[in-house]
Amino acid sequence: MKYESQKVALYYIAGALGLFVAQILFGLVIGTIVVVPNFLSELLPFNIARMIHTNALIVWLLMGFFGSAYYLIPEEAETELYSPKLAIIQFWLFLFGAAAAVVGYLFHIHEGREFLEQPLWIKLVIVVVALMFLFNVSMTVLKGRKTAITNVLLLGLWGIAVFFLFSLYNPSNLILDKVFWWWVVHLWVEGVWELVMASILAFLMIKLTGIDREVVEKWLYVIIGLALFSGILGTGHHYYWIGLPAYWQWIGSVFSTLEVAPFFAMVVFTFMMVWKGGRSHANKAALLWSLGCSVFAFFGAGVWGFLHTLAPVNYITHGTQVTAAHGHLAFYGAYVMINIAMFTYAMPNLLKREPYNQILNMWGFWITSSGVTFMTFALTFAGVVQSHLQRVLGMGFMEVQEQLGLFYWMRLGAGVVTFVGVVLIVWSLVVPGRAKAAARAAIQPAE
Amino acid sequence: MSETLTKSAARNIFYGGTAFFFVIFVGLVAHSVSTVNEMAINHPVTPSVARGKEVWEKHACIDCHTIMGEGAYFAPELGNVWVRYGGRDDAAGARESLKLWVKNQPSGIEGRRQMPHFDISEPDLDALVDFFKWTSEVNTQNWPPKVSG
Ligand code: HEC
Ligand code: HEM
Ligand SMILES: [Fe+2]
Repeated sequence: MKYESQKVALYYIAGALGLFVAQILFGLVIGTIVVVPNFLSELLPFNIARMIHTNALIVWLLMGFFGSAYYLIPEEAETELYSPKLAIIQFWLFLFGAAAAVVGYLFHIHEGREFLEQPLWIKLVIVVVALMFLFNVSMTVLKGRKTAITNVLLLGLWGIAVFFLFSLYNPSNLILDKVFWWWVVHLWVEGVWELVMASILAFLMIKLTGIDREVVEKWLYVIIGLALFSGILGTGHHYYWIGLPAYWQWIGSVFSTLEVAPFFAMVVFTFMMVWKGGRSHANKAALLWSLGCSVFAFFGAGVWGFLHTLAPVNYITHGTQVTAAHGHLAFYGAYVMINIAMFTYAMPNLLKREPYNQILNMWGFWITSSGVTFMTFALTFAGVVQSHLQRVLGMGFMEVQEQLGLFYWMRLGAGVVTFVGVVLIVWSLVVPGRAKAAARAAIQPAE
Repeated sequence: MSETLTKSAARNIFYGGTAFFFVIFVGLVAHSVSTVNEMAINHPVTPSVARGKEVWEKHACIDCHTIMGEGAYFAPELGNVWVRYGGRDDAAGARESLKLWVKNQPSGIEGRRQMPHFDISEPDLDALVDFFKWTSEVNTQNWPPKVSG
């Protein structure tokens, strides 16, 4: 850490980690409702707990992106942040919006589109938060050094804000509603979020492997080119069965298959950089998360995405547990892991600690990753069985669900393991390492 | 990576290509939207259908159910529930059964997933059913494959 103002990232990292824990807790609640249906069914219905689960995820990932940007941009731009004060106000406003949304949900105050359940006024607060953020980081970059990394990161972050505006548009024609709903959801995770992910990954590679910036930045443009050339028209994989012309089956199938390419390129990129870089950075845990991120994103988004993206397959699996399996591994691999990679890298620098709790952090990595992987398999098997019974044999939904109990129990078990891993991650990031505490006690003269 | 591709070339390809694909995408979506609007001439979103969609959203039914395969996977697909309830042959009967279903929740059956009780007025229930009927008539390229949803 070279610039004092990078410290504002601490607010965002703390907020993100808190919401991460909340997300998993609510995940455990809905995982439990699935296997013990009368659990909380009056007090906290499934739909309310689910919107808290998904919204907490999205908000903490965005908060993590903001924090990562506040850490990364001064260092890249080689100048203090334009306004640390504005960044702190922005944080509290965002946290307030998120908290108000959750409390509102508990009292059944919400809108009714998946992931976009926030009442209008909270959506507008989010827009204001985004504007404060974009103003702050853009001004910082304008007065400082301009690198490909900040360029791509800013482009991604501006894109996030621009596409979020489509959440304000809710036509009464359900087909049109869906068409533009995907402009937020798909063009986020398979578009502009990939820009954010790739640029953070590029930053971490430069820091952790010592590789030449020129090489990294060329890769960066190639990766994000692959991402957007495929991902934009890849939106077609959501336009198969919602009342649009059949040509989307071809366009969606072809281009979304190509979406695997950027994720594959990120795997090659990270491993090549580590191979060629040759620097052995002290923060091994951050490197583990960075490599894990590209690999898990490749499996979650690339492999599990491809699994059901071709129109004839999607015809059978659309809206089953196969989708749930993919959604979990993809979000975890790509966006949870890129955030944790950045936090793991940044925290010791921000707190001026040696990266001490590395071993614990790496345990967190393996336990959480195992949990999510096992969950993905359980849901995939459930989804395949469901697709066959319901979509091929034509059995009723509820009857089919009764056949899937075992898989749902395994998913819940995997969720508990995931939770344990998450606690370890948070602990390792927040609590100073014992070695450090002992060392400090030894060095400091008694006062 | 190969020496022949310079960083500025990679950057320019990225910007040019992105603009190119985005323009194509917007063009195709514009065409699709025009087909949707054409369909809406013979299959209009009446004020009642629009109201039904609002009722649907007010209670966040989407976070338990799917509609045209999108939503949560906790409860049955409702895009074709009108068809499943026999609406094509007996519209009045299907309407009554659907309204009755919503009114009679929760089932309270031990060990079975529960749908909460929602206080929905009679006209709103009718609007909700109109919304289901409208949705079931959308040309979804024959999805879902079975009436089970
Ligand atoms: C908390 C989750 C939940 C919410 C919210 C919810 N439902 Fe349900 N719904 C269910 C479950 C579970 C079933 C299946 C119950 C059964 O078969 O015993 C169901 C079944 C139905 C059915 C019958 C489907 C069929 O094929 O038999 C209809 C119709 C329906 N719901 C409409 C709605 C509407 C309209 C809303 C919003 C106003 C809504 N539901 C909100 C959980 C929910
Ligand atoms: C990190 C990137 C990605 C994330 C976070 C992600 C996440 C998700 C989520 C959450 C859904 C469910 C949406 C809903 O609620 O309806 C979904 C659906 C889908 N995703 Fe992805 N995804 C990613 C990348 C990909 C890629 C690269 C592909 C294709 C190769 C893909 C293919 C699909 C398909 C086909 C669906 C629709 C499933 C259905 O028909 O029910 N995804 N994705
Ligand atoms: Fe997608």
